[in-house]
Order: sequence, then C-alpha cells, then structure tokens
Amino acid sequence: MATNCKNKEGVVRLALVAGEETPFLTDEGNCMKANSAPLLEMRNISKDFFGNKVLTDVNFSLQPGEILGLVGENGAGKTTLMKILFGMEEIHETGGYGGDVVLGGNMVHYQTPFDALADGIGMVHQEFSLLPDFSASENILLNREPKTATLVSEVFGDRLDTIDRKTMHTKSASAIAKLGVDLDPEMLVSEMPVGYKQFTEIARELSKAEIKLLVLDEPTAVLTEREADILLSAMRNLAKEGIAIIFISHRLQEIIDVCDTVMVMRDGMIIKNAPSQGLTIPEIAKWMVGRDVGTKVAHRDFDFTAQPVILSIENLWVDMPGETVKDVSIDIHKGEILGFGGLAGQGKLGVPNGAMGLFPAGGSITFEGVPIELNQPRKFLDAGMAFVSEDRRGVGLLLDEPLDWNISFTAMQVQDKYLKKLLGGLINWRDEKEIEEVAKKYIKSLEIKCTSYRQLAKELSGGNQQKVCLAKAFAVEPKLLFVSEPTRGIDIGAKSLVLQVLRDYNERMGVTIVMISSELEELRSICDRIAIVTDGRIAGILPSTAESADFGLLMVGKNPEEHKAGGLND
Amino acid sequence: MIKIRQFIHSFGWPRIIIGLFLLSLFIIAPFVGVKISTSLSDTLIRFGMNGVMVLAMVPMIHSGCGLNFGLPLGIIAGLLGGTLSIQFGFTGGTSFLMAIILATPFGILFGWGYGKLLNRVKGGEMMIATYVGFSSVAFMCMMWLLLPYNHPTMVWGYTGSGLRTTISTEGFYLHALNNFLQFRIGEKFLFPTGMILFFALMAFLVWAFLHTKTGTAMTAVGSNPVFARASGINIDRTRTMSVIMSTWLGAIGILVYQQSFGFIQLYMGPFYMALPAVSAILIGGASVNKASIANVVIGTFLFQGILTMTPSVMNSIIHTDMSEVIRIVVSNGMILYALTRKAEVSR
Repeated sequence: MATNCKNKEGVVRLALVAGEETPFLTDEGNCMKANSAPLLEMRNISKDFFGNKVLTDVNFSLQPGEILGLVGENGAGKTTLMKILFGMEEIHETGGYGGDVVLGGNMVHYQTPFDALADGIGMVHQEFSLLPDFSASENILLNREPKTATLVSEVFGDRLDTIDRKTMHTKSASAIAKLGVDLDPEMLVSEMPVGYKQFTEIARELSKAEIKLLVLDEPTAVLTEREADILLSAMRNLAKEGIAIIFISHRLQEIIDVCDTVMVMRDGMIIKNAPSQGLTIPEIAKWMVGRDVGTKVAHRDFDFTAQPVILSIENLWVDMPGETVKDVSIDIHKGEILGFGGLAGQGKLGVPNGAMGLFPAGGSITFEGVPIELNQPRKFLDAGMAFVSEDRRGVGLLLDEPLDWNISFTAMQVQDKYLKKLLGGLINWRDEKEIEEVAKKYIKSLEIKCTSYRQLAKELSGGNQQKVCLAKAFAVEPKLLFVSEPTRGIDIGAKSLVLQVLRDYNERMGVTIVMISSELEELRSICDRIAIVTDGRIAGILPSTAESADFGLLMVGKNPEEHKAGGLND
Repeated sequence: MIKIRQFIHSFGWPRIIIGLFLLSLFIIAPFVGVKISTSLSDTLIRFGMNGVMVLAMVPMIHSGCGLNFGLPLGIIAGLLGGTLSIQFGFTGGTSFLMAIILATPFGILFGWGYGKLLNRVKGGEMMIATYVGFSSVAFMCMMWLLLPYNHPTMVWGYTGSGLRTTISTEGFYLHALNNFLQFRIGEKFLFPTGMILFFALMAFLVWAFLHTKTGTAMTAVGSNPVFARASGINIDRTRTMSVIMSTWLGAIGILVYQQSFGFIQLYMGPFYMALPAVSAILIGGASVNKASIANVVIGTFLFQGILTMTPSVMNSIIHTDMSEVIRIVVSNGMILYALTRKAEVSR
C-alpha cells in the first residue's frame, strides 16, 4: 500500500495530463481506507477507436481472492478492456480511454504495461512469450534472477553479478508448486508439451511476490482436458491465497466451474454480472449473443448408401508435420456430411491437406470416377472440390488484402469468374463491379460483420474471418467441400451460425461436405457419419447417433464392439 | 478536421515532412539566387529519367520478392541493348526504339535466370539480389572489354577494341524522348513532354497488368504465398514472371535515363543504381511487400526533387562550390532514411 501512496504524485500528474476528474486523489485519507475497498474497480470505462465505440460505460469491481469469469463473443471488447487495465501502448496511441481504473483504492492510469506489472497485476496471454531454448526456471525468473555479488561485480557494477542457480531453482519450484503441477524447473521450454508451456507462463506471474491480480486470457484453449483441470484447481488455490483472477475463456463449463462471478460482455457493454452459482451454459450463451442459441443443428436421417460414391480415397498417406496420415481409405457418398474426428496429432487434419496437395501425399483419390493427381492443388480445385483450411491466418486468408479479394480470389483464378475479356480474350481484366457484388452477397448471406467490403481481412474478428473463408469456398461453387476445424477459436454465436450455414449449403445445393473437427459434439450434431482417425488410420466409422463412449474408444484405438460385454452391435 | 487527419494518416507523416522540406527549398530558392523555373525543370527531367527504374521495383515487390536490389542486372540488359543498337548503326529516334527491342531478349533471359535463383532463396531475396547485381556488374566489366564491338564511336581509340567507360549518345538517341513535344515556358522552363509521357505509358502498363487475372495472382503471391498455392497458383512461375518484368523495366529505365543524360556509362556505372531507386519507392510509401504506382510517382518526385534542390540552394547560401559533396550527403542520407523505413507498412 505504501508504494501506492508514494506513487500518488505521479498518478495525479498523469491523470491530469489525461484531463480526467480525480475525485479519489484529492482525498488524503484514501490510502488508509483501502482495506475495505475492492482490489480493483473499473468505473465508467469507455473507449473508441477513431469514433468507433468499442466500450461503453463499463463498471465492475473485483474483491481480493475473487475469480471473475469474463465471457463474450469475439469482438465484444474483452481484450480492449484488459488492454486498458494494463496501459497498453495501442490504447494511448488511439487517444486514451474514458473512466477510471482504481486499484486498491488508488486511481491508476498506467502509461506502460511495466507500471501495471510493478503494481502486482500479472497477465498470461493466449500466445506464449517464452524463450524456447531456456529452461522453465530461467523463463520464470527472466530478468529477475537471484544474484550473488562477486569481486568483479563489486568493481564493475551489478551487471556482472553471477546468477544464483540454487535459489533460482527453489524459487521457480515453489512458484510451480503453487500451481500444483508436476513440472521440472530445469526442463527446456522447447521440449515441453503445450500445456506445460502454459504452466510456465503462469508460474512466471506467480513467482512475483507482489502479485495481486492475475489476468488469464484463454489459458485453457491449448490444454488437454486433464491439464485444464489441473489449471482450474490451481486457480482455486491461488484465489484462496487472496489473489484475484480475471479468467477469460470460451469454454463456458470451465467458467461456471471455477468462477465466483461471471461477467458477460456484448458489443462493448456489460450485459450481465452475476454470481456463477446456478448459472447454466445456455443462459450465459444467450446473454453473450443476445438471442437463444441452439448450439446444435438438428439431427437428420440421411441414407448415404443410396447415393453414388463421389470421392474415393485409397491408401492415402500424407506427410504433414504433426498430423501424419499413414493409410486412409474411405468412400464418400454424394450429398452426405461426413465427419473426421479424433485426437489432435492423430492425422485427421492430414487427410484434407493431403488430398488438396498442400503437403506431400501418396495413394490415390478418385473424384466422380476420374483419378485426381495428388500434390497439385490446381487439379484438386479444377475437379470441383474446395478446402477451407484450419489455418485461417496462414492458409485461408490474404490478411493484408480487402474482403472482396479474399472472397473472389480462388474462384477468379481457378474458374475465370469475375473477369472481363478485353482485346478478344487476350487480356483478363479484373471486373471490380462483379467482385463487389459477390463480396456483398456473401457479407449479407453469411452475416459477416465488417465496415465495408473493402475492409482488410486482418481487421475482422476470428468468427468473421472464418465466414470469409467459407465465402471464398462457396464462391467456387464446389461439388465437394472439405472444411477443416470450422469453429476453432470462434465464439459460440458464430459457431452455431457456421454450422447452420454448412448444413443449409449441403441441403440447398446438394454439396457433399467433409468436415474435420476436434469437437466431437459438433461433428455429431451436423454429420451423418463420423470417421475417427487414430494413428494415421481410420479406426472406425460410426453413425453420428452412436454413443459418445464408442467414439471415445475409437479415439484411443480400441474397437468398441470388442469392448461391449454382451457383444452388442448397432 | 477528421478529413485532414485521415488524409495525413493515408499519406503518411514521412512524406508530408519531406514534401514540406522540398516546398521550403523552392520558397528559399529565389532569395538565394536560384531560379525556380530552372529548378522545376531540372526536377521534372530527373523525375522522368529515374521514374521507370523506380517502376522496376513494383512487380517484384508485388510478388513478394522484396525490393529489386538486383536492378543492375536489368540495367546491364539495357546497356547491351543500347550498345548493340549503336553497333548495328542505327541513329536518331530509330536507335532508341531498336535499343529497347534489342534489350528485351536480354531482359527476359537475365530475368528468367535471376528469378530461378530467387526462387531457391525464398526469405533471403534482397541480400541475394544485391549480390546478383554486384557480381553481374563485375562480370560485365570483363565482357565490355572482350565483346567484339567495333563501332568507332564506342571503342577505345588506342586499341580499336573494347568499349569505353562512357559513350556519348549524341547522334544516336540523345533526347529522343525529351525533345518529343517538348515545350518551353519562359526562358528557362523546359517541359520534357515525351519523357514524362513515356513514363506515364510504362506506369499505365504496370498498373493495367496488376488489374489482370495474372497481376492479381502476383499480388496474392506476395501477400500470402500459401494462400495463393491453396488457390491453385504456381508460385515459382508467378515470381519468375515478376522478376522478368522488373528486369525488363530496369533495362528500359536505363535507356530512358541515357537518352536524357547523354551518355552510356559502362563498367562500374550500374553499380550504385539500385539504391536511389529503392530509396525513392520507399520514400513514396511502399513497404517490402506493398507498392503502388502512386508510391512510385510520389517517391521519385520527392527523392529527385530534394536531390536537385538541396545542392543548388545550399551552394548559393554558403557561396562555395560544394554541390557534389552535398549531393552525396543528401542522397545517401535519404537512402539511409528510406532503408530504416523499410519495415513500416503504409498504404
């Protein structure tokens, strides 16, 4: 507290510079009252980017030891709110914000994230910021290493102190222990599984003695279920020690499980701030999107066996790093929605990437009776197939180009659409008007939220980017569409819309859809049958009505039929 | 107010500052005895001379090959075209046309090889390109001596073989473009209509190309090669094509330069030609993978304007002949500035 009082002069000056009212600073006794006050209060926060309002009148407070779940669709303003709390540069560069941030009874106005860190606010980002070739312990205590003075450093200054490895080890080990995970502090980050990297990041924040408030931005997105459980229980332990936590996540069940309070944001406003006790996922989801959300697309009965085979894959192998396919053979029937499921790294993503030719592949694929040459994306597209990649930003989009280009490009290049023939066909001139039309058509039909059809793809939120990827594939008017992880990283509202769009597209246009997803429930709701890929091979194909336990057995490479006591067949 | 801010944002502070500096030079000029009409005319001529070479940056930037530091290679193609045209005895305007025609196969051939090379070093194009430029200049230093040229205006007088370091274009294509439709306002202001028109034609061709299907593909390859590949584009072929275009434009660029400058400079002449062109387009607001014709026009005008004006104005202020020193300081300073800006992305 004393440090905060000491800071007061500086705080007053900064606040005045920003031209804000400072009622709490005029009060001399304010520092003393802090104990009864909430740890963090944000009052009337508002923020606009060049006239575009992203936060309106946001008010909330946080008690020590409270876990606050912050949920909202992509673009609801969660990240901006956290950036304001941290005094990120881009907030200042875009004209600051309105309202007050009060930490421990003192109004603060951080100019840089370093000030926020010094005041005991820690943040774990979605993207890792770790040095891969350093050990966990070195990463945790980076630039705060315990040091021993030596003769040399006495003479030449403390930059030549030696690092006290022993204390470093115990310090980082104790930070890791707080998390309750089994992680060797000497393990190199580059050799860790993803979950451990995440733990290292959190341990780094915990190793700071002064930590009071921890912001976790989707920490569980990359974790397996078991790892996520460990993290959630670690969060509860931390809260018991009096550390307040702001937890941002798209996984609503986790939010309900771990949080004391749930705060739902939508369109830059707080829609609901309620104790998590008794809340249900549908309720939260409804607040998030402002309407009832059917996360499930109604199941349908579709007899694929009555339809001819449209694509036949035989002995496909694909050399895709991390998703190797060893030997996959399957017949895909016209008009069906086929799902590929399975655990990460087992090869389900390799199937479409290999078929499309983005990674070296072998075997044979036959489309409508015609063999398609592998490793030639053009041949794949020419045949009338399209692929929506799981890697939106890497493969799916031209981030630096406007939406209309993104939507029209593939169709233009492969099928000569949106072109005007000049000089008797010698010159293929881009027809800007047709491009605009098709872009607007898909923006409307897929409800892509954007300022105009010329907006750059990188400025859109994840869900809208995904819709652009779909629009790009739809513009090709394929007979068969591969969709890979269409709902990864997008919020619940966009998710159901994307699934509904795929189903509609399948039913109205008769397009065969092959969907690859890590989320089994999603596959089960939209697909007619689901192939589970395990260890680069198809472990089994089940109708989507089969029990989830059976899918689970296939995922771990066991045959469900052998496992059933009575040998029940479906 | 918002309009002004938007304009500043889209035009970019660096360009506004450099533009204001150039404007202030023009304002100071009459007070220190430098004629505005001469200066303007000089600026326009230098703009026309260098414009096409700056334009030679555009295709490669669009396809993601980075800045064309290998411009000397294109220039060599142009030099071959120019010297061959003279060797074959063409004179006057025809010699310029023939120089372009003769330079074209060299431009395509060199560009093809250069493109193949750059396809093998994806990610390190600009470093490799620099050395392609340097080594090709060194190689041609030998070839200029050895090639069997024998036209009396071009070879060394004392041996009768091997090309001289500077060859006058007088009697051949000197001012072939400059004098076309040239008009004069007042005593000192000459407007090089033909040269500006030629630049406009080249700029239009590049602009039009970028609006075709293939041009669109080229931009996409530069923007995100994986995306382009997933849309069925042959990346290597597109990149090679862009390198060929850049090399050819470099060849044409040097011919335009020579017809105005009056001399063909061989041997080490092309060595330092890439940097001013690179700087001009960067100052014009291009980044390593985005460039427009507007960037070319604005950048060339600002760069050449400052280069013309600073030495003459400074010279007149301090009354000593330091123009060459100042010119070197200013041009290298601008290059240095531009290269530090290279990471900045602006529209």
